[in-house]
Amino acid sequence: MRHEIRFSGFGGQGIILSAVILGRAAALYDRNYAVQTQVYGPEARGGASMSAVIISDEPILYPEVTDPGIYVIMSQQGFEKYGTRPAPAAVMLIDADLVHSRPSCTFHEIRSTTEAKTALGRVIVANIVMLGALVAVTGVVSTTAIEKAVLDSVPKGTEELNMKALRRGFELGDKEVDTR
Amino acid sequence: MSKIEFMQGNTACAEGALAAGCRFFGGYPITPSTEIAEHMARRLPKTDGVFVQMEDEIASIAAVIGASWTGARAMTATSGPGFSLMMENIGYAVITETPCVIVNIQRGGPSTGQPTMGAQGDMLQCRFGSHGDYSTIALSPSSVQEMYDLTAKAFNLADRFRVPVFVMSDEVTGHMRERITIPDRVEIVSRRPLEKGTLPFRGGDDGVPGFPEFGMGYGVHVTGLTHDERGYPEATDPHIHAALVQRLVSKVESARHDIADYEMVNPDAETVFVTYGPPTRTVKQVMHDHPGEGVGHLHLRIVWPFPERLLRLFTNAKTFIVPEMNMGQIAREVERHTDLPVISVPKLGGELHTPGELQKLLEARP
Amino acid sequence: MSFEDWFREDRLPHIYCTGCGNGTVINCTLEAVEQMGWTVDDTVFISGIGCSSRAPGYIKTDSLHTTHGRALAFATGVKLANPRLHVVVFTGDGDLAAIGGNHFIHACRRNIDLTVVCMNNMIYGMTGGQGSPCTPVGAISTTTPYGAAEPVFDLSELAVTAGANYVARWTSYHVRELTKAVQAGLETPGFSFIEALTQCPTAYGRRNKLRQVSDMVQYLRTSVILVQKIQRMRERGEPVPEDKIPVGEFVRRNRPAMGVQK
Repeated sequence: MRHEIRFSGFGGQGIILSAVILGRAAALYDRNYAVQTQVYGPEARGGASMSAVIISDEPILYPEVTDPGIYVIMSQQGFEKYGTRPAPAAVMLIDADLVHSRPSCTFHEIRSTTEAKTALGRVIVANIVMLGALVAVTGVVSTTAIEKAVLDSVPKGTEELNMKALRRGFELGDKEVDTR
Repeated sequence: MSKIEFMQGNTACAEGALAAGCRFFGGYPITPSTEIAEHMARRLPKTDGVFVQMEDEIASIAAVIGASWTGARAMTATSGPGFSLMMENIGYAVITETPCVIVNIQRGGPSTGQPTMGAQGDMLQCRFGSHGDYSTIALSPSSVQEMYDLTAKAFNLADRFRVPVFVMSDEVTGHMRERITIPDRVEIVSRRPLEKGTLPFRGGDDGVPGFPEFGMGYGVHVTGLTHDERGYPEATDPHIHAALVQRLVSKVESARHDIADYEMVNPDAETVFVTYGPPTRTVKQVMHDHPGEGVGHLHLRIVWPFPERLLRLFTNAKTFIVPEMNMGQIAREVERHTDLPVISVPKLGGELHTPGELQKLLEARP
Repeated sequence: MSFEDWFREDRLPHIYCTGCGNGTVINCTLEAVEQMGWTVDDTVFISGIGCSSRAPGYIKTDSLHTTHGRALAFATGVKLANPRLHVVVFTGDGDLAAIGGNHFIHACRRNIDLTVVCMNNMIYGMTGGQGSPCTPVGAISTTTPYGAAEPVFDLSELAVTAGANYVARWTSYHVRELTKAVQAGLETPGFSFIEALTQCPTAYGRRNKLRQVSDMVQYLRTSVILVQKIQRMRERGEPVPEDKIPVGEFVRRNRPAMGVQK
């Protein structure tokens, strides 16, 4: 089974890191195959950034995402550039406070930035909250795998904060699934 | 114990080089190759190696050639604009028979072009870019695993044939992250030292002279001028020049079937894809999604010297299809070696051919 | 071992014109290398392109005769990859200051442990006498037929400013001073730059009323002024002649250096 996941937001939100962590979780800890790609622009901060992950239980041949089944959108500009034409069966997680538009497909409003700012006190972990919600809603990787992958990807000394963020994301994601 | 990693292509390239014993990296920052230099800057000082950021790409390849003469396995990595700057000294490496590895993470050209987008537009430049006649070896990875494996292999080829060897990758493979298996160790075939009392530029049976490492008492004079077998400048004797250039070309060309590294699928097919680098992945996807359509595939991991014999092994072939991220640079080479129709499938702009695009071509077959 | 033992006899005769100053500079350099106790096996000569750059081809050590302007970049690779080797670079004014200018300032900045001997003959000799960045204003060359109009590069001053640990300038007339300067350069860890003003009777003198070798040497000798003398004149408040080229040792210091054998 091949899953294609597309992440988009603005530069500096950790969009690319999110995709790397997800790919790592799948490839190293779930022992699946994964490819992570990204679109590079000249700007290091701001702008619309995009990164994609393909996860599969067989070797991945064509490495580019063509028709994502899962979207994670964390900025309005990111939505406009990379999220306006999802397949009807696609699922989209959106940061409800930063994205004003809503897609035609199934979507989940995750207030990851607000949650990171208020409940966790550090806006920088918004992407990890979102990653937790993504895993809870879609199950593309196991929770143990994503926990391990987050731990080896974040700076030393921030493990606890990031774990908290991830688990908060699991809760937000679970709530979305339960209420449906 | 081999281990599994989730690694970026550029990092895998650097790690492959380190595994092969690369001890010197001279480079200059350029997108999309910079991660290779950054990784070498972190790793080399911890492995008894030397990393130096030079003032430009001309200096980078010069430093690499200098380092190689001390016996070190040495490399640089760059992209289009830097590759263009290196051309003169690449010719110097060719005529002085200096083993070295040059990685080109290709991006859209000409000129500054598309720094963050993939391309395969330098495939002829790596073969013909420096002035004069010569022959080179160019490898083309299509996955992160091959970035590791082929970079390591490039050092062996450079040492065995005493030539600059090109790893012609691209932004797509360089920036992609994938699962790879890092082997315990990689095969290392070192350069053969020059036997004392032998002339330093006399080719052996394979046309390749032994290597007189600096500081070992050989007292070798290395010059970019046409030279005799002693290494002494002899730039006006037509016979010496012709013999030297013919040896430089034939030491590589006569070994081309031995050098060849490829995958062949469905040798009985009538329609045959010929690919190298990322379009290989698209073709594999199409063949996976539509099995039993009589489609064959020749995947070249080494493009130069071009192993033309392989085309003839597809005995039922009626058409060759060559998808490339350029305007048909290798399709032209395929055409040169077959009387059958060759369909070039160029793609410019930085994106890889999609499976749909190639599938459409197959459906259009009579 | 006598310093004649450094030459490859089977390469003779050499290509230098009668009266050329390069041979003097090469002899001074080999004399200094010999004084250091360095041997044919642990010394490497590296050069670019031009008359001066042919020098390594006449010397028995391992040597790299590289591309135009790039000798310092090649030498950087050799020295960093094997700091046990003593690396000496021969270059000229065109090779070093024009096409190789960027490598020159960066090698000085890195202060890499090399000794560079620049034969500044103020002209492109090998290609037949074109103007260089060091051709004096007003001098005739094949590309400055009405007299050179561009200001001249002061290579020694450039090396001092860019960070070299040792910088000196002499002429091919000042054989003993030049030899001592090269030796001081070889002794100094880091980047050492020795500029030798050299006569080129064929390509320069012939077009600039200095056809006789002795005229050219005399011209070099009388064009220079000792740095110590400039110092004394300044102290006494005397005017320093502006048309004279300072010679002597300009700097000897101990900035952090790269590639020094540990």
